[in-house]
Amino acid sequence: MRTVKWLGCAALGLVLATGARAENVKIGIMLPFSGVNADLGDANIKAMDLYIKLHAKDIAPHTIEVVKRDEGPPSGANAKTVATELITNDKVKLIAGVVFSPSAIAIAPVITQAKMPLLISNAGTAWITTLSPYIARFSFSMWHDAYPMGTYAANTLKCKTAAMGYTDFPPGKDSTEAFKTGFEKAGGKIVDAIPMGNPAQVPDMTPFFQRVKDAKPDCFYVFIPSGNHASAVVKTYGELGMRKAGVKLIGPKDVVPDTKLQDMGDAAIGTIVMSNYAADFDNAQNKAFVKAWHETYGANSYPDFMSAAAWDTMAAVFHVVKTLNGKLDDPDKVMATLKGWTTNGPRGKVSIDPATRDVVNDERALEVIRKPDGKLGTKTLGSISQVKDQCKELKIGRCGTP
Amino acid sequence: MAASDANAVPAVTMRARAIEYIGKRHRFHVWEALPWILIAAAYFVFPDRMTFGTQVLIAIMFALSLDLILGYAGIVTLGHAAFFGVGAYTVALLTARLNWGEPVTSLIIATLISAAAGFISGWFLLRYRGLTLLMLTLATAILLQEAGNYRSDITGGYDGVPGMEIWKLFGVFENDLYGRTYYIYIAVLLFLVFLVVRRIVYSPFGAALTGIRENVRRMHAIGSPVHRRLVAAYTIAAGIAGMAGALFAQSTAYTTLGVFDFESSAKVMVMLILGGTGRLYGAFAGATIYMLLEDHLAKLSPEFWQFGIGLLLVLAVLFARRGLLGLIEDIGIYFKTGGKS
Repeated sequence: MRTVKWLGCAALGLVLATGARAENVKIGIMLPFSGVNADLGDANIKAMDLYIKLHAKDIAPHTIEVVKRDEGPPSGANAKTVATELITNDKVKLIAGVVFSPSAIAIAPVITQAKMPLLISNAGTAWITTLSPYIARFSFSMWHDAYPMGTYAANTLKCKTAAMGYTDFPPGKDSTEAFKTGFEKAGGKIVDAIPMGNPAQVPDMTPFFQRVKDAKPDCFYVFIPSGNHASAVVKTYGELGMRKAGVKLIGPKDVVPDTKLQDMGDAAIGTIVMSNYAADFDNAQNKAFVKAWHETYGANSYPDFMSAAAWDTMAAVFHVVKTLNGKLDDPDKVMATLKGWTTNGPRGKVSIDPATRDVVNDERALEVIRKPDGKLGTKTLGSISQVKDQCKELKIGRCGTP
Repeated sequence: MAASDANAVPAVTMRARAIEYIGKRHRFHVWEALPWILIAAAYFVFPDRMTFGTQVLIAIMFALSLDLILGYAGIVTLGHAAFFGVGAYTVALLTARLNWGEPVTSLIIATLISAAAGFISGWFLLRYRGLTLLMLTLATAILLQEAGNYRSDITGGYDGVPGMEIWKLFGVFENDLYGRTYYIYIAVLLFLVFLVVRRIVYSPFGAALTGIRENVRRMHAIGSPVHRRLVAAYTIAAGIAGMAGALFAQSTAYTTLGVFDFESSAKVMVMLILGGTGRLYGAFAGATIYMLLEDHLAKLSPEFWQFGIGLLLVLAVLFARRGLLGLIEDIGIYFKTGGKS
């Protein structure tokens, strides 16, 4: 009996001496888990779950408790209620996730009011980070891919003229605006800009592409909301023989997502995209990431750019928990810890710009090729290191207002 | 009660009975206090869930407006979200473009503009019935949505109206993080709206609407101005839906073109059918149950919660075609008659 007492005292003393009281950090995750866009939430949460599983020991003795909530439809109608409840009811210390820009915009006032750190893992409308000092973004702004693509198309691909095709919703307009700004600054000329239907359904691309083919630009920049739209773009491009006609297909990463690439066939070969991630990226972190992914989710499941961003988001959460020793009660300290944070993740070197709280990362020009093993893959043509969101750098439109 | 029974009774007695029946229907019953007691109790029991509570109240108001036209006048519409959207956008654009964020006046303006939208579209569309009307109302919502997308420089498109700032209620009460102020504000408005709707459906005008629902030809034959009655009901319903939309925009300080989605038109109809159409309180029961289920199931299983809602709908269609309130009525009748009917 006595021994037990002594042992107990000793253990207590040890704990007090190290000063490491184990904190259980409650975090909220908002992602679309239901409806037609559930696969987007899936790509995010798989990466986050994987990170938590593999790195739980890194923050010992602290633990992370995750409250998952459905972000709801792309309109963002549900987002504010969900975010408010995570704050008032679940009393989480920070919120991570958010796929749709409207959701992020809808909850920004609550985030400011409650001083709740929001770590965005996808939503890409450029000016979101200007809405609240408690928002940090780990994914990208639409300008990250599109603006350098404009410069690259004019300078390296030697395109003098370009046409643009885009799905008629805000990211489409944002992306083409960014491409246009970069392209024209580098001396290129936009000959046509074609809205191609809405994001809810995949339109027949033929009339739009025929119009571009007749105009004979050197480059054809396409923005679509990835997924099935991407398959239709590449298919139509191939059927109309546009590559033979001398029109290069270019775009952001969404045109050739890793999830759809294998089914696209020869028509995709030669497509050039600007991207911050591809499952083929040749760095140690990515190889480990893809390997762990295959081991957990099967050989036919691939991570994509959303998964890579979600992975880095969770890495940032862990960094905060570790740095603040599990005490996340002061939101300003959390934000201070995030500003200037740097990591080496699947996307290479990624950091958070202390001035804008937006991500800074490497952009790479990728060309679709057929790999020796017969599968489609990508080859890195060139890379631009540490790209900032040019919309905020150039203070364009709403990006200019702090 | 078969027609042959009625013929056997003298006309005077018939009239007396009819007056008694209508008078009885109009009187307030004790059980009618129940939903209001629950709404008030919720405020004290779940003080941390008032943001959700406000959304439930808004859904009830929206469903109630649909009940007026679907349940009473028999107008089948799949575009009721159009008016919800017009209300929301009126509030949003008033504050974002004209710097007018005063809640009460913008609510009144939004209600009037939505009612006007209902009047104009109703004037044209209510000449049609059935499938044609279904498609045309659906098209109205889509047209408004596309118009908003076309001028996204004004509306902000699918990203939402930027820069909305709703002023304090009466210049005093702020929309706090917990949503308590707005819960009370919306509960009071819902009560007023309910009184109006209740008065309407039990008035001769309401009786005429029910007549139109049951037999349009006969209403034409007795000289009832069918089209005018329908347009009037449609206008009032549009105004109430617009008010719900305006309250949505005010309480969340946010709105996007997503409010015009087919889903929101369909959702409100599902709520109403779940609760029971043409019974006023069906909107209360349906909207509350739908929202609670959605909320709880989504928390329980963020991935598969829609399965639960689907299952409930299937069960409702199989076993309670007249909605939850219809089911309760049936059970009541069963016990009254001792299971003979």
